[in-house]
Amino acid sequence: MNPTDVPTQTRLDHLLGLADDALVAAQRLGEWVAAAPELEEDVALANIALDQLGAARLLLTYAGELEGAGRDEDALAYLRDDREFRNALLVELPNGDFAVTMAKLLFVSAYQLPLYTALTGCTDERLAAIAGKARKEVAYHLDHASLWTVRLGDGTEESHRRMQAAVDEIWPYTHELFTPDPAAPVDPAGLRDAFLAAVEPVLATATLDRPADGWAPSGGRSGLHTEHLSYLLAEMQVLHRAHPGARW
Amino acid sequence: MTTRTDPTWRAAASVVDPELRVLTIEDLGVLREVATDRDSGRVTVTITPTYTGCPAMDVIRDDIRAALAAAGHPGAEVVTVYAPAWSTDWISETGRAKLAAAGIAPPGPAGTTGPVPLTLSVRCPLCGAADTEQVSRFGSTACKSLWRCRACREPFDHLRAF
Ligand SMILES: [Zn+2]
Repeated sequence: MNPTDVPTQTRLDHLLGLADDALVAAQRLGEWVAAAPELEEDVALANIALDQLGAARLLLTYAGELEGAGRDEDALAYLRDDREFRNALLVELPNGDFAVTMAKLLFVSAYQLPLYTALTGCTDERLAAIAGKARKEVAYHLDHASLWTVRLGDGTEESHRRMQAAVDEIWPYTHELFTPDPAAPVDPAGLRDAFLAAVEPVLATATLDRPADGWAPSGGRSGLHTEHLSYLLAEMQVLHRAHPGARW
Repeated sequence: MTTRTDPTWRAAASVVDPELRVLTIEDLGVLREVATDRDSGRVTVTITPTYTGCPAMDVIRDDIRAALAAAGHPGAEVVTVYAPAWSTDWISETGRAKLAAAGIAPPGPAGTTGPVPLTLSVRCPLCGAADTEQVSRFGSTACKSLWRCRACREPFDHLRAF
């Protein structure tokens, strides 16, 4: 679909969905800095968070310009309330233990990789360029999460138990990522096959059971979030709101 | 579009990457174009980031403006483009040699699409041995991974194919 045929508010919601997924994922991953199981993992998660933040900044800047109301990336990141965020519920869920964090990263990156790949060919050239950058970075995120999922799933009895519990806990939240949206530059409904093709072999290699499809919580794309997002935003936004325009 | 021998290109090309100080932005392939407006004389420099979240980009932009001001072109504009996406394949032969000389193993071919490029083996930039192992996929900056040489036992950085 030609982007100019789609109402601006609809395009804005799509951009914010992409941007907020990346921004909230970055904020969650950043919580691991100085708390990861080993120094190398600290560095890895910080790097992945930085990639997500980089994509979020470009997407928010674009969204602000499209909106035309004078909001820049900071205004959109720091001055919107939870009901205005368009991220999927999955990314706002707490980090849990390391296995939960890896399950979240596995599922998010297995969704973002085919999404960004498809967006690279969309008619919105600016969005296509951003997706072309992000696609290459997300390939590394998926690789990293896959390696850890296998290492933990096919590891000790305890690591296997935790990884299976993490996959079971997060799986229901993956359904929201593929909610049909024919007006979107790439309809997410068409991405689930690629997602399953990436995730199922990893789970099998990790000797983990692929959970059955059932409960499918949603609401994030329309601003109806879990209580976890409010706490995340409070921490992320407090400095900017207490000291508007603060710089260092 | 300016040729690579033009003083404005040379000025911009002298800027080094703050995280890989042995490389200039020309060696890296980050510098894409330098143009001078025929009427106003204003210089526009086009660059592309290595990674979207690369914190070095702001410093690079400042350094480009300073380098051009020093070359007699104050008020240069720096434009950032994202397509085509930067690739480690754009690092010049000179750049690869400088990396190796600095103890950083240069990247292999990145390819165009698909999953993470397979890294078969990385030669130790310190002793040349091929018997090396990856310690961490993510290193001290977004573009590096951390390796260890089994022959000389030294750790080293490897610029990941990207
Ligand atoms: Zn060695």
